[in-house]
Amino acid sequence: MNNLLLLGDEAIAQGAIDGGISGIYAYPGTPSTEIMEYVQASKQAAELKIHCKWSANEKTAMEAALGMSYAGKRAIVCFKHVGLNVAADAFVNAAITGVNGGLVVLSADDPSMHSSQNEQDSRFYAKFAMIPTLEPSNQQEAYDMAYTAFELSEKLNVPVMIRITTRMAHSRAGVQRKAVKQQNKLSLPSNPRQFVLLPAIAKVNYKKLLDTQAIMNTLAEESEYNRLIKGSDTKLGIIACGIAYNYLMENISSNVNHYNVLKISQYPIPHKQIKELYSLCDELLVLEDGYPIVEEMIRGFLNNGKTIHGRLDGSIPRDGELNPAIVAKALGMAVSEGFPIPEVVRKRPPSLCVGCGHRDVFTDLNVALQEYGTGRVFSDIGCYTLGALPPFSAVNSCVDMGASITMAKGAADAGLVPAVALIGDSTFTHSGMTGLLDAVIENSSITVIISDNSTAGMTGGQASSALGRIVDICKGIGVDPNHLKVLSPIKKNHEENVRILKEELAYNGLSVIIPQRECIQTFARRKKAERRAAGKDTD
Amino acid sequence: MKADIILAGVGGQGILSIAAGIGLAAVKSNLYIKQSEVHGMSQRGGDVQSHLRISDKPISSDLIPQGQADLILSVEPMESLRYLPFLSKKGWLVTNTIPFENIPDYPAIDQILAEVKKVPNHIALDADAIAKDIGSAKSSNIVMLGAASPFIDIPFEKLQEGIRELFGRKGDEVVEANLKALKAGRDYTEKSR
Repeated sequence: MNNLLLLGDEAIAQGAIDGGISGIYAYPGTPSTEIMEYVQASKQAAELKIHCKWSANEKTAMEAALGMSYAGKRAIVCFKHVGLNVAADAFVNAAITGVNGGLVVLSADDPSMHSSQNEQDSRFYAKFAMIPTLEPSNQQEAYDMAYTAFELSEKLNVPVMIRITTRMAHSRAGVQRKAVKQQNKLSLPSNPRQFVLLPAIAKVNYKKLLDTQAIMNTLAEESEYNRLIKGSDTKLGIIACGIAYNYLMENISSNVNHYNVLKISQYPIPHKQIKELYSLCDELLVLEDGYPIVEEMIRGFLNNGKTIHGRLDGSIPRDGELNPAIVAKALGMAVSEGFPIPEVVRKRPPSLCVGCGHRDVFTDLNVALQEYGTGRVFSDIGCYTLGALPPFSAVNSCVDMGASITMAKGAADAGLVPAVALIGDSTFTHSGMTGLLDAVIENSSITVIISDNSTAGMTGGQASSALGRIVDICKGIGVDPNHLKVLSPIKKNHEENVRILKEELAYNGLSVIIPQRECIQTFARRKKAERRAAGKDTD
Repeated sequence: MKADIILAGVGGQGILSIAAGIGLAAVKSNLYIKQSEVHGMSQRGGDVQSHLRISDKPISSDLIPQGQADLILSVEPMESLRYLPFLSKKGWLVTNTIPFENIPDYPAIDQILAEVKKVPNHIALDADAIAKDIGSAKSSNIVMLGAASPFIDIPFEKLQEGIRELFGRKGDEVVEANLKALKAGRDYTEKSR
């Protein structure tokens, strides 16, 4: 088969397509977005009629994937690590229902928080749900794991997690493909009550899940992805998980026979190999991107065995992603120095694009709020979070998807009136609607601004479930039409928009204001595509 | 053979098209490649970099170890300095001299260029002007790739093939303009080394 140059994300997408999926479900989130985008652009996936539409949020995606599994077919669900928080209810319980068709949960972690609000480690979730995790160390493994994970899922009757990090997701390398597998046929679960988690049934299912743990352990010990590589040094043994193995090899590849190394890419952790490594060496060093989960398990609370080095004893920094230099230092190796960064270099944080409608929303809002003072704007997850930075310095919170409306409501309940919620269109349909219902029921004194740019902008312009529906949704939820206003956030409307904002801020009840202007990025792309279609532009 | 290259610029400046050009040339030369990119928030006008590693042997790390890059190729002068801790003492810094000013405290360009000149091996060129001179103002990134090409151990013809493939679907005119840009950049460096 042909050799492709693929991002880790793309390798997973291609592996899942070749592995016989009938559907992929996802909500965009860096660094996972490119998996769905690859399937959407794939001619092969179109010919195979693989379902590949964005879901409204990660929970709906997870549940739809579980439904496809119920119907006997293979499905993958993809999101970023914090998306797993949203999907967690369905995710944890899917381990209790078990699967029918193979079900793979792809969670993309972001150590160093390149594009996220935390660096939580999805491996904890898989351990919590008691399901296996596959963690590729390179793009070929990413492909291979996505290709075979569905069979593992069907064999063990549980969802299987594939855990990657930003570096794996967004790094490109050559990938060798395998033969395309047939999709499963439609089939009902052999036990009609398997997915009915009434306590009496859940208890039986849970015992089955517990019984399966021993098989998961054995499979991890026998996995081709877990390897004990013997060396001559009996002082320090090294455990390297996932992509950490690459950083280790970068440093020791010229001397591979020196260290005893255990490469781990399939969990639960392989007990047999860890015990063997432990017996071979005086001390262990654990290298893992993310939280020190393996390190904690081996060290234990009492910490009365051999010395374990890693993030917990300071051999590796407690936070942030790994890199070759960090690993070299932990090994006591010399690190080459480049040149220092000259003082003249300034920080260059991301900023809202020139021509972005959110800019006008902030300009209007800042003026309208002047009489009330600062500290009352609750924002959300999206490009508009950048409004926290100068020159706007306009928002006071960014916590999780949908939190703007509900936090504003709570602050208003406490007496901070008016409180303002600022949320984007895609985030609103993701998790804002239910919070808006809370505010409708109490007619809370908050002003909700749904800054509608008709796309999921921050992640690169994916289709927004809210497109063309926001006004109807607000009306349907019960927002008073007299306090539901649609604006056009452009410079020449500044004064008019400020007037409307002031009016609604002064209203002692719930208002929803919807500034609508297409994202400048998707607008430019659309225009370019139109010009190209007309044969007028060759750039 | 190995070439560890840091590509630098500002989100939106298109450094990934340079990476793609080199990547295609590497694939055509049957070399191993790993290329780590920045997607997401920083693409909104923040600093972005890509680690591009090419070798005739398998490559382990997706990231270039600090102090070991053979080349920093930057399409923006201040950004060329941000990654100096990665540059090997023998490495080359190749940068465009035209600033991209989207922050209020952007330093004076003279100060930046003075720092560029302190790097023992450096090439600083006005790629925008060169691109304009050859009648292809949009090709400044490919001028930069050409200017860096003497320091990338891949035959120049392979880079040309990479450019042909990269721009092929946009028609012969665009391909020719970019091949010209590649050559103009290379000529600049060969004259000024």
